[in-house]
Amino acid sequence: MNEILVQILIIVGVLLGTVTIAAGLIYVERKMLAVWQQRSGPNRVGPFGIFQVLADMVKIFFKEDWIPPFVDKKVFIIAPTIIMLSILMSFSIVPFAPGIVIADLNIGLLFFLAMSSLGAYTIVLAGWASNNKYSLLGGMRGAAQMISYEVFMGLSLMGVVIQVGSFNMTDIVNAQKGLWFVVPQFVGFIIFLIAGVAETHRLPFDLPEAESELIAGFHSEYSGMKFGMFFVGEYLGITLVSCMITILFFGGWLGPSFLPPIVWFLIKMFAFILFFVLLRAALARPRYDQLMSFGWKLLLPLALLNVLITGAVVLSNA
Amino acid sequence: MAKVIIDNVEYEVPDGKNMLEVCLSLGMDLTYFCWHPAMHSVGACRQCAVIQYRDENDTRGKIVMSCMVDAVNGTRISLQDQKGKDFRAGNIESLMLNHPHDCPVCDEGGECHLQDMTVMSGHNYRRYRFNKRTHVNQDLGPFVYHEMNRCIQCYRCVRFYNDYAGGKDFGVFASSGRVYFGRSESGTLENEFSGNLVEICPTGVFTDKTLRKHYTRKWDLTSAPSICHQCSVGCNTLASERYGGLRRILSRYNGDVNGYFLCDRGRFGYEYVNDDKRLTKVAQKATSDTDAFASVKNLVGSKPRMIGIGSPRASLESNFMLKQLVGEENFYQGIPQHEAQLAETAFNLLRTVGVKTPSLSEIETYDAVLVLGEDVTNTAPMIALALRQAAKNQPREEAYKLKIQKWNDAAIREVVQDRTGPFYTATPCSTKLDEIATQKFTGDTNHLLALSDKIIAAIAGSQGGNDNTDAYANDVAKALLSCKKPLVVSGTGMMSKEILLAAAGIARALKVSGKEAGLTFAVPEVNSMGLALIGGKYWDEAVARVQSEKDTIAIVMETNLAYRFGKKNAESFLKNCKQVVMIDSLENETTAFADFILPAGTFAESTGTVINNEGRAQRFYEVFVPKNEIRSSWAWIDQLTHSKESARHFDTIVEEMIAHYPILEKIRDLAPDANSRIGTQKIPRETHRYSGRTAMNANISVHEPKPPLDEDSPLTYTMEGYHGKAPSKAIPYFWSPGWNSLQSINKYQIEVGGPLHGGNPGIRLIEAGDNTGGDLKNTGSNKTNNGTFEVLPSHHIFGGDELSAKSAPLATRIPDTTVSISSSALQRSGIEGAESLSINYDGEAHSFKIKIDNSLPDNVLMLPKGFNETKGLLFPFFTEISKG
Amino acid sequence: MLSNVRTLWMVFLKMFKKKVTIQYPEKKAYLPPRWRGRIILSRDPDHNERCVACYLCAAACPVDCISLQATEDENGRRYPEFFRINFSRCIFCGLCEDACPTYAIQLTPDFEMGEYNRQNLVYEKEDLLIDGMGKYHGYSFYQQAGVAVGVKPKGGGEKEDPPVDVRTLLP
Repeated sequence: MNEILVQILIIVGVLLGTVTIAAGLIYVERKMLAVWQQRSGPNRVGPFGIFQVLADMVKIFFKEDWIPPFVDKKVFIIAPTIIMLSILMSFSIVPFAPGIVIADLNIGLLFFLAMSSLGAYTIVLAGWASNNKYSLLGGMRGAAQMISYEVFMGLSLMGVVIQVGSFNMTDIVNAQKGLWFVVPQFVGFIIFLIAGVAETHRLPFDLPEAESELIAGFHSEYSGMKFGMFFVGEYLGITLVSCMITILFFGGWLGPSFLPPIVWFLIKMFAFILFFVLLRAALARPRYDQLMSFGWKLLLPLALLNVLITGAVVLSNA
Repeated sequence: MAKVIIDNVEYEVPDGKNMLEVCLSLGMDLTYFCWHPAMHSVGACRQCAVIQYRDENDTRGKIVMSCMVDAVNGTRISLQDQKGKDFRAGNIESLMLNHPHDCPVCDEGGECHLQDMTVMSGHNYRRYRFNKRTHVNQDLGPFVYHEMNRCIQCYRCVRFYNDYAGGKDFGVFASSGRVYFGRSESGTLENEFSGNLVEICPTGVFTDKTLRKHYTRKWDLTSAPSICHQCSVGCNTLASERYGGLRRILSRYNGDVNGYFLCDRGRFGYEYVNDDKRLTKVAQKATSDTDAFASVKNLVGSKPRMIGIGSPRASLESNFMLKQLVGEENFYQGIPQHEAQLAETAFNLLRTVGVKTPSLSEIETYDAVLVLGEDVTNTAPMIALALRQAAKNQPREEAYKLKIQKWNDAAIREVVQDRTGPFYTATPCSTKLDEIATQKFTGDTNHLLALSDKIIAAIAGSQGGNDNTDAYANDVAKALLSCKKPLVVSGTGMMSKEILLAAAGIARALKVSGKEAGLTFAVPEVNSMGLALIGGKYWDEAVARVQSEKDTIAIVMETNLAYRFGKKNAESFLKNCKQVVMIDSLENETTAFADFILPAGTFAESTGTVINNEGRAQRFYEVFVPKNEIRSSWAWIDQLTHSKESARHFDTIVEEMIAHYPILEKIRDLAPDANSRIGTQKIPRETHRYSGRTAMNANISVHEPKPPLDEDSPLTYTMEGYHGKAPSKAIPYFWSPGWNSLQSINKYQIEVGGPLHGGNPGIRLIEAGDNTGGDLKNTGSNKTNNGTFEVLPSHHIFGGDELSAKSAPLATRIPDTTVSISSSALQRSGIEGAESLSINYDGEAHSFKIKIDNSLPDNVLMLPKGFNETKGLLFPFFTEISKG
Repeated sequence: MLSNVRTLWMVFLKMFKKKVTIQYPEKKAYLPPRWRGRIILSRDPDHNERCVACYLCAAACPVDCISLQATEDENGRRYPEFFRINFSRCIFCGLCEDACPTYAIQLTPDFEMGEYNRQNLVYEKEDLLIDGMGKYHGYSFYQQAGVAVGVKPKGGGEKEDPPVDVRTLLP
């Protein structure tokens, strides 16, 4: 009975926590972008503008939720919910601290990969349902980009899996007690980082919504809370990828014991979230063909090589 | 063909051209001012200078004026040579020394040949720092605005006005730096073609005064290809709109019809489109709160006894649709029976008599002319302009014999001087063309008919007696037989069927004697020929019908019954109808009698086809969508009969019409259909520089309205579409990169002055066969002679047409209504010295002021046709006169 | 690749630099006279409208937000009957000012023209016309032009000779 209660508490906690963080990122991102661009950022609503999040939320909730007459209505409504669902599902396998995990699956990593693949649907469906050429272009770009980078993302993680010998997330964290995987799996880390940015189609890889070319790409026709779902979905994605990097390469909750494990986890996670924001502040968007050739011609061989070498080393050690 | 070398590239060009024409025809950009494709070269402005080389070894070359260089085999010139370029830039700098800093307030700005040429020559900085010479302007009347400071002394204006159009009251004065182009004193330009100065002048010395009242730059105008509706010639025009008002009319080049020119009635008689008295709303007489249009629709839908009154002012489609609505046996022509029969006679004669009726531009190629009974200067002015050119053909031959090239205008004029070729007039009174006539003859209808018979006899070889008429007839016959291409010009001006038959008889006799004869008829109105083709019962039957059948509903389309039949007749007719539906554009005396009014578009707000005096079908397009309920008459009628919200498409209606009238088969090719595209694009009515789209309606609402779609034509109402050269059948404006003025027409022609790329628009429905046939006996009854004076209509270019007379600028030129009589006739009648005289018409006395015209025969009076005081009079009639 | 890393580092360092933001509206920025803000129509030294309704500004406008109609006074002096700028469309590019041959249309250093109702952003001539000469003093187009139009006698402008006597016989 008690266990079930705890489990429910964890589920509710993770759900609220992640969504709150994602919403909070609206403020964090705007503020940090400003800081890196020598501006003030939001500073009108509340002290240091921290209620900007609330203002934005209120605004987005009360905006007219317009469904254009020419769209495929059902798909148009379903599309934004998929990204929210698939990413929130992924959070169920994330161990935030020992015991704070919704479902400690033994194939946790595969579950994460599977769920993140579903994210491609949201873009394709949104692009298609909008019945608009820019949306369609955005959707097509998104599909190609996400499906391609999923390949390297999966492969880059295989090094970690080979070293640990398990897909279980808790096992992976525990395997890093001696040395964080970022050191032996440095190449895997870089590839995963880049692929993670591409998977969440964050800047500089935001080609599906490239506003200078495609207005807003796949979500051109969206407004109100449906747009808000994409928006929050994107921040959830960042949070998720940051969590995964923390777990897979930076030892998860592991850290000196003067702070509780969950805090360590959050510190590491926020560091990567900030890194994502820095990427946005600093880098320019590559051309679409550059993105694809970079993936297939550089990251793929590199990832394969990484798997090959890790496998060889593990094999020779055994 | 000759081979010439331009900038080391060899081109094959037709013989008899000069190098400027050759370069322009080849699509090259070369600057020029004084040369004009219709007036050829004088070599005055020095702007078309190029470098000519002896042969391929000659590297220095010499500067020559390309417009004065014959394009013969081996001519070698260069446009790109720096010396030539420098010369042209330097020349334009000199021409521009005194040109004022006026462009912002000059009406020519934006379509100025001088601007274009300055940019093209590369002269872009004024180095001259000293004082500019100035001139005092003249007031040249209501049409043309004069600003002499801007003149660059190219002499085009005098060459057109005096040499081409035969004007007498304009000239060039003073010498050296003081040269002045204008009249000897301020005053209205009298020539009927003065408006062309606006287009001829390469800069802004002469500008359109009517446009000035509501000035708009060329690039801001929404324009559509249109057809002039002010007489039967059907000149091609460009009608332009801005802010819902018609702004101006320009000539639209058509190598087969009007070429570069227009008459003043056509150019300046458009203002009635903007009149305050326009009917703009569907209206119902006894106003109730129901939808007026629904009431009309119910009325028509209840299948009452209906008659339709068609009009020669309305398009083929409108007349056809009305005929379809009311049924064949209920369609009447809204013109006096006599006039309807005249148009039918003219139409049938052109088809049956076997003599070619030349197009307007072909008239210029005839070398002997007989004008029978028609004052073409006033009834069809552009024919008069063409005849003036035809009259020069024979003396010109002499110049050609001296090996002077055809384009060498100055030299030819030196040879020709004032001489004209064989040109004979036979009219009731002396006309303006008499000044170029070899001999003239005046007489009443019977005299003219007798003369015609004698001419026919003389042509056939039998010599007549020795009286005055015979001598004239013999001279005419001899002259017509001694030339290559004789032309007989006549028309409905005298309102006499016999005159038409006589003219056809002369032309046929000439053809039988082996001449390449031509026959041209001027008819009363823009679509008189079309109405004759559509056919319809006569007016008198309609009058009888409404008297006997009291429950008749009349649909009167684009006809002012009071104008055509007199107020009294119109009122009694309208009162006899149970209900009257009027489809018209302007409020008039009869609109008060209408139970329902449907506002019809004028030529500017409707699309349609009209047939001109030579049987050429031509399409005119809606220029703009009015912001009120105005629309084409055919669209109204279509909406009355079909249940749909909007009318069917124009092309559908044309197809339906062709199905009923196989003779119209060819008009399917008159214009690209509404679905045709250039690539994927339609042709825009607005230029690519059209401005103010997001502000022009912002005072009404800041939210921009959706632009109207055009489903009836290949054109669009917006600036979106194909901005290259439009196909010749749908040219909304002339423009080419670097050529903003009307001179850009060069780029639309296969060779300058020749046909347009893709062929001149318009399709001739009548072609004479080889068989000379047709019965030329008059079958109608002659009018009974119940008076000593025959009253004939005189025509006036300004005021002789119902609608254009309502245009304010034209209205100021309408002369007083006077009765013309010779002084000897006055003397004979014993009312010498009277100021006005009274005549009998239909049992009523009418009094008019007297104008003495001693060229009139003693038994003829002339009254202006179509003036306010004379409307409804059916010419010709006989009367006694008395003082009063 | 390395340049990207360098960029990241440099942008990261911006964190420690002073902020450049001016806290508008508490503090106002200095706007130079040639700042491209609210558009006005100026008058010439004789206090007449400078605008001669030549339509060049309308033609130059890339968003077509200027619309006007020319008319004339009894002397033939051109001026706009109406002159309308739809500021809800204006992009303040200043091409109208460049195109203006008479210095009539000018952009000013004022940008505070927000409205709650878009319709209020449509400015008519009464809203645009100011009483002064704006940035360019002393210029009067009609003194330079060749037309007279009641401003001066024919030939009375700058750098103009008196009108030619057509009837003189002198060489």
